[in-house]
Amino acid sequence: MSASQKTMLLYAVVLISGVAAPFVFPNYIAQIAVLWMMILFALTWDMMGGQMGYNSLGNIIFFGVGMYASAIVQIGLYYDVAEYTSHSGAVKVEYDWFQYMLGIGLGLIVAAVASVVVAVVLGRILLGLRGPYFAIGTLGAAIAAGELVGAWDYVGGGGGVTLPTFPGTGDQRSLFFYFSLFALALATFAFLKWLYSRRYALAVNAIRDDEDKAMAMGIHTLRYKTVAWAMSAFFLGMSGAVFGNMTGFIEPLEIAFPTITFGIFMVLMALLGGKGTLWGPVLGAVVFHVIKELTWTYFLGWQWVALGMLIIFNVAYFQQGILGWAQEKWPDFFGLTVDKSDTREASDEAAREVSS
Amino acid sequence: MDNISLLTMAPVLNVQLLVDGLLIGAIFALVAYGLALVWGVTSVKNLAQGDFVMMGGYIAYAMTLYGIHPLYALPVSIVVMFGFGWGLYKAVIYRVVDKDLFTSLLATFGIAIVLQQVLNLIFGPEVMIAESGFETGQYLDGGLTVSNIKVLGFVLALLLAVAVVVFMKKSRMGQAIRATSQNARAARIMGIDTDKVYAFTFALNAAICGAAGVLIAMIWVIQPYYGIGYSIRAFVIVTAAGLGNLPGVIMAGLGLGALEQFGSFILGAEFQQAIVVGLLLIILIIRQVQQSRHRQVVQ
Repeated sequence: MSASQKTMLLYAVVLISGVAAPFVFPNYIAQIAVLWMMILFALTWDMMGGQMGYNSLGNIIFFGVGMYASAIVQIGLYYDVAEYTSHSGAVKVEYDWFQYMLGIGLGLIVAAVASVVVAVVLGRILLGLRGPYFAIGTLGAAIAAGELVGAWDYVGGGGGVTLPTFPGTGDQRSLFFYFSLFALALATFAFLKWLYSRRYALAVNAIRDDEDKAMAMGIHTLRYKTVAWAMSAFFLGMSGAVFGNMTGFIEPLEIAFPTITFGIFMVLMALLGGKGTLWGPVLGAVVFHVIKELTWTYFLGWQWVALGMLIIFNVAYFQQGILGWAQEKWPDFFGLTVDKSDTREASDEAAREVSS
Repeated sequence: MDNISLLTMAPVLNVQLLVDGLLIGAIFALVAYGLALVWGVTSVKNLAQGDFVMMGGYIAYAMTLYGIHPLYALPVSIVVMFGFGWGLYKAVIYRVVDKDLFTSLLATFGIAIVLQQVLNLIFGPEVMIAESGFETGQYLDGGLTVSNIKVLGFVLALLLAVAVVVFMKKSRMGQAIRATSQNARAARIMGIDTDKVYAFTFALNAAICGAAGVLIAMIWVIQPYYGIGYSIRAFVIVTAAGLGNLPGVIMAGLGLGALEQFGSFILGAEFQQAIVVGLLLIILIIRQVQQSRHRQVVQ
């Protein structure tokens, strides 16, 4: 089997298992749906953190912005949002299929656009910061976003918003949201695979390696950074819109802007899998999600301690991530060639050649 | 916005807010000084700073459970946190000291999560206070009330800061720390065990935080998840003042304390954290503008 056949086989396996999963494990649909979202999280974080070296701790902002933008559109289509939220869930919104699908379709578009706009505006402010300042600044922005939405009465403030109920049965509902998140994750992966084969990836990697030199080579770094952030915001915003509808109820601190849960998970998953690669974040998301579900089930109460330990272990002892470690161990499998010209073996070989 | 007119009508309220802010700001400055110390010497940006503070606070609280006055917790907390900091350096921090900056940020973030969760599991999520039993003083015909413990906390914070500064200036270890922060490689050549210096600095910072935590437990309240607020405050102060600028750190600390009091009085107490975070963003933006101007000058 050639290399391209192998990759085709891999894609086929992922696709088939993704489609089959909700029917094989009907009890775990929600968990597997969240797994696809986690993969999307890790991939979009890696666009910034892994490929460009801009380690954001606040990408969760776009998730929340998308979620709220979509909620406003879905409710605002047929109701007055301020009046609806002031009853804080006392009024149940019943839509028929057409109304619901129109709402969620428009909601997705608005969510994506709103997130991109927020990314561009925030990018003007924050993307000039370097290194740890960028990380701290984005962390601050994410915390501030949660607090501000919590104080905004139009969208229900800290009390949250109940989203329109799904018109179909429970099974239809979980399948609908499962395939929405699955499709979003696939779209993100396919887009990034295409993107990383373009000139764009070279420019972005140059920014990671040495931003000042990249600038000196004529790369308009601020533009590249803003575009990268806007692209990750695009997918994150849509995933937020879908996830908000999946939970059915959104509120600012725990669901829309969960800085220390989802916001940190995305960093951790990309690091665990191996940042700066395409498959690393995917692998990291799968491993992390399984670990997380297991600890949440069996170590309840200690799950956060276990999570913190995992972060510490990951960054202090296992920097390169799973894929990075595998690439070091079996370079041939990944089609990498190791430059041995500086190693002891190479010089030994050269000495032998000279003597013989 | 009604509260603004209240401030103009009752000027003594301004004095009250200012005094409260300055008294608490001294403790912020102490925590920020510890952060600046570690940042300057080891270049580790410690996001667990506030959680060290909370640990110190809970040491004081735990001692009051046994009927010991929280003031006695001050030396205990300093010693315990020094040991804890040393152990933490040997276990985790030494592996990330020479890595890139984001690594240390994330590692200390992990430490922060573990600490707050462990505190939560031991003491529960309720807001606690270490009862010190001091009187409340009345000044300006009863218009200004200041609890004596706040004044005592202010004095103790100043004394601790002076002690640390004298230690850094006079002692052998302090000189080694300063030498290492100036040029680690040269210090190593001169025979300074820089690894020990790093460990000592990190432990010293933990001890400073522990002392600040005891004061905060007596003056204010402690809660397992309040740590991140102190971490962000420390970052605000250090980024505003710059590294190795002790007068700046003190001024920024006092200023932040006062600003927070006024801000939360005018906008409402629920905005207190948003004010600090907003301030952080503003300071970062100002720094960025300064940097880009600097880059243009260099060009």
